Amino acid sequence: MSVRIMKPGMLTTVQDEGRWGYQNLGVSVAGPMDRVSHRLSNLLVGNRRWAATLEVTLIGPELEFERETVFVVTGAEFHLTLNDVEIPMNTPTRTRRGSVLRLKERRRGARAYVAVRGGFNVPLVLGSRSTHLASCTGGVDGRALVSGDRIPVGEVDPTIKIPNQVKQSTDMLPVKGAYLRVMMGPQEKEFSAESLETLRTARYEITPQSNRMGYRLAGSCLYYRTGGSVLSDGTPIGSVQVPPAGEPILLMADGQTSGGYPKVSTVITADLSLAGQLAPGDWIQFSVCDHATAVRALIAQERFLME
Amino acid sequence: MEGLKVHLAGDSAIVVEFGSSVEVSINKSVIAFADAIRKARYEGVRDVMSAYCSVTVYFDPVLSNLKRLTSELERLSENISETTEDSARLVKIPVVYGGEYGPDLEEVAAFGECSEAELIELHSRSDYRVYMIGFLPGFAYMGPVDSRIAMPRREAPRLKVPKGTVGIAGKQTGIYPMESPGGWRLIGRTPLSTFDSKRSEPFLIRAGDTVKFESILEDEFEVLEDASVKLSAF
Repeated sequence: MSVRIMKPGMLTTVQDEGRWGYQNLGVSVAGPMDRVSHRLSNLLVGNRRWAATLEVTLIGPELEFERETVFVVTGAEFHLTLNDVEIPMNTPTRTRRGSVLRLKERRRGARAYVAVRGGFNVPLVLGSRSTHLASCTGGVDGRALVSGDRIPVGEVDPTIKIPNQVKQSTDMLPVKGAYLRVMMGPQEKEFSAESLETLRTARYEITPQSNRMGYRLAGSCLYYRTGGSVLSDGTPIGSVQVPPAGEPILLMADGQTSGGYPKVSTVITADLSLAGQLAPGDWIQFSVCDHATAVRALIAQERFLME
Repeated sequence: MEGLKVHLAGDSAIVVEFGSSVEVSINKSVIAFADAIRKARYEGVRDVMSAYCSVTVYFDPVLSNLKRLTSELERLSENISETTEDSARLVKIPVVYGGEYGPDLEEVAAFGECSEAELIELHSRSDYRVYMIGFLPGFAYMGPVDSRIAMPRREAPRLKVPKGTVGIAGKQTGIYPMESPGGWRLIGRTPLSTFDSKRSEPFLIRAGDTVKFESILEDEFEVLEDASVKLSAF
């Protein structure tokens, strides 16, 4: 059983929960930009959480199911059709062999997830099926999908039932921008007091030079207190790093494992999924929170997914 | 270890700093500490990344208790010193210097006010310490490069640097594991693959290793490149 790509859309990649455990060897984590929608898609078709899905970016693909299966589309709201008949988002749908799914106009959000019962079964590379584009690792030959690709689907685990209840995740989608909560640091001491104030109040715009590695932001510059030189160290997903020119870069799923620009703050894990639904032209404003708040938000998100 | 600085980088990473400069003794402690954390297998820890003088510990904030993990890391660090590092390996890297393999060789020689032959001698006679791996899978940050030839990186990075290219950026030298953009000064190329996910051992070089470059001729490059491809086919 495979899914055949008829049109790839703008950027469609295979993603699972990411390639953890190899950052010491320079291997980026990758994984979904919107972790919650990815998890939800697997839940809705009765997959285990580590199953791989397709991440769709801004312009949707067309794909054909080569056998009877159950699929779902979550995340960014697209006008969906199955064999030219409109179908809803976030709703597991049983389909027959030869059916064609199209993700047409996008209404809200930036990234959708297509999950198929059984999961997309591309080879594991260093323990993960996630595509990391910059290093051509994982997924289908380390690249975005192209027309004619056939993505194999894995074995169905019959012990996992498909849930009856339909979850809605679209109320979490941003409209034209989002407030993202950050924890200050790890290198906020490198920045002037005025710049730290700027970070709390400024509104930034995501520039077109943004991708799965990071969002380059346009807006008020942040300045170093002194030289601003830090030795290369680990760069977690969500880091707000500031090159000498002053405009921040928000590191996203495909970000490098290390970097030498000072990092003023870090977006909390619970808000990264929201960040992943933003597109070039959207705004970002940061609000500061503490670790306890960040963990509470993440636990609330996990509860939503467990229910 | 005394004088450790422990702080958070967001809600799911703890950074432990052993210093703030590039020093072999600090880096040895860093690598020993990162190894010890991996061996300890703390619940919720999902990645451990060692850099020049800090270790970043990635954890799941739902599974791990931050206070407990922090105090366990602090306790673990007490027994870490530069001598706890595992015996490092010596990795020899054959390189064709100059020509199409190292388009910046002439420029770096001019920077160092030496001949190209002297530059090759200066670059290949040292044992380099691998301080950390970053940027791309298997990209080793090694040093120190002789200060005469420690030319700073280019203002504008090249869009495409071929796989295997050996470069200099200040006191650091490195090898591009795959074709990628890059701003280092390119002096040569190795036929060996420093990263190949299909190989049983995908990574040729690890943090803590010692690397020595060996100057080879162009026809040896092709022979070794073929051998490297055959090796990875197994």
